[in-house]
Amino acid sequence: MSATIAREETPFRRFVSEFAASRLALLGLVVFVVIALLAIFASLIAPQNPYDLAQLDIMDGRLPPGSKSMVGYTYILGTDDQGRDMFSGMLYGLRISLAVGVGSALFAAVVGTSLGLLAAWLGGRADSAIMRLVDLQLSFPSILVALMILAMLGKGVMNVLLALVIVEWAYYARNVRATAMVERQREYIEAAECLALPRWRIMFRHLLPNCLPPLIVIATQQVARAIALEATLSFLGLGVPITEPSLGLLIANGYQYMLSGKYWISFYPGIALLVTIMSINLVGDQLRDVLNPRLQR
Amino acid sequence: MIAWSIRRLVQACFVVLAMTVIVFVGVHVIGNPVDILISPEADQAERARIISNLGLDQPLWRQYGYFLYDALHGDLGRSFVFNEPALKLIAQRMPATLELAVTAVLFAMFLGVPLGLYAGLKPDGFLGRAIMAGSILGFSLPSFWVGLMLIMVFAVQLGWLPSTGRGQTETLFGVPWSFLTVDGLRHMLMPAVNLALFNISLVLRLTRAGVRETLPMDFVKFARAKGLSPARVIFVHVLKNIMIPVVTVLGLELGSTIAFIAFAVVTESVFAWPGMGKLIIDSINVLDRPVIVAYLMMIVLLFVAINLVVDILYMLLDPRVRLERKS
Repeated sequence: MSATIAREETPFRRFVSEFAASRLALLGLVVFVVIALLAIFASLIAPQNPYDLAQLDIMDGRLPPGSKSMVGYTYILGTDDQGRDMFSGMLYGLRISLAVGVGSALFAAVVGTSLGLLAAWLGGRADSAIMRLVDLQLSFPSILVALMILAMLGKGVMNVLLALVIVEWAYYARNVRATAMVERQREYIEAAECLALPRWRIMFRHLLPNCLPPLIVIATQQVARAIALEATLSFLGLGVPITEPSLGLLIANGYQYMLSGKYWISFYPGIALLVTIMSINLVGDQLRDVLNPRLQR
Repeated sequence: MIAWSIRRLVQACFVVLAMTVIVFVGVHVIGNPVDILISPEADQAERARIISNLGLDQPLWRQYGYFLYDALHGDLGRSFVFNEPALKLIAQRMPATLELAVTAVLFAMFLGVPLGLYAGLKPDGFLGRAIMAGSILGFSLPSFWVGLMLIMVFAVQLGWLPSTGRGQTETLFGVPWSFLTVDGLRHMLMPAVNLALFNISLVLRLTRAGVRETLPMDFVKFARAKGLSPARVIFVHVLKNIMIPVVTVLGLELGSTIAFIAFAVVTESVFAWPGMGKLIIDSINVLDRPVIVAYLMMIVLLFVAINLVVDILYMLLDPRVRLERKS
């Protein structure tokens, strides 16, 4: 008896089983969780603290993967030009890349969703003002908008975060507004209005939860985009400062040595970046298929 | 219709004006170029003289006023570093970017359409699936990473192609071009492929979707029943029909094509291609304000103009848009 109760289908369980139907998406999720754990516990896993200059030995610079250090430690992925252990540097870099990517996606989601909901709810002038701004911004390629902002503000982790939020909010605003416009016409909103609930309550407790599915899909895609964009900006030398290298900056640092055959300084951070972006995209694609009401089986 | 176009034009002018303020004020918030440009050995008097020469001692609003006045007269300031008009610097670099962008568009057309055609005709074959998987990579991989891998494989490991630079150039109409020499073309191949990657994926997917939609249609069956050769059915009957969305994307929505200039920032940095994109990155790094401002203003103007033209074209071409605007 209890077994049948446990197997009762809840929306969440259905969601999980539909998501797990794709082996590839499941693999993506597992890989992403592993990457996230590696980044979070970087300081425990990394054999060396890449920010602590006392631990670095310039004599160990540019060693190929598998070489021994002066004190007998093995650099499994080699070292960079400063004698930093690449593996440790990558773990710390991953942490910055993920923090900037996820952080900017969350901030942008809050800003974009609020403005999108507001536009849908208020309509009229406020709506057209917000949407005009969204249109304007989306007509420029995102790399260019970010480039402009960073050209004005200069380097720094917070500046990159700000630039990414400014780039991303418009996507959320447009999508949330579109969903909210449809949901607004539904009976449950009418019912809530008949109950004379306060407007903010209807907006956040009734309307917002029903706009969430597309929002989750966009958020996943935006995290991947933000990580790629941050890496690109850092590669161009406009992103994070040299003291806190993200994956993109690690790749940029190794670029000049690549031409002389010292591929590992750029190559392994590049692979880490690639795997991170691909795993998030795999999860995002499956989420899109599962949460899309038009594809409901 | 005309009234709407004029209103749209006025709006566009306001956008450009607003952007001049944002860009100008924004660029002046970052570090002081005086520290970079004047040698530390210069004495007080010389410092003051250089600062007033550059107009940096004036209040910000007056600097903006001068900037706007000069900009309207086609003068966007002199580069602090090269001591040449910023606009001239950008114009000098433009041919390099332009030839790269045009080559990339050609790649997108002549690689994207055949690949998409094949993937559409053989959707379940190994190669068809591989092409589709590749197109996903083309969308999601950061282009600088792909550029690095291209260099690593084809320049460093295999040694087939040169890694960076423009190579030998040939002068035509007083402008040096790379595409006129074999060496220049060899230098251009990798950056152009790198730049085209996103649009190859886009064109490929559009073509594939078009083929899959068109093949079951009656006119294709009829053409086959008529006894036309399979090649003629595909290349004349099918391809003609699917080119409409492809041309719309690459042609009418010029934005995506011109976006190449924006993406070229990344590609040019990777391949040390001496175009506009490389110039802006170098200028940002040494805080060469006039060049930064001039570049950003040009890009803003370009994009606003393209959006305006596309909007008006849509109005002219599509009556549904016209009706929607009226209501």
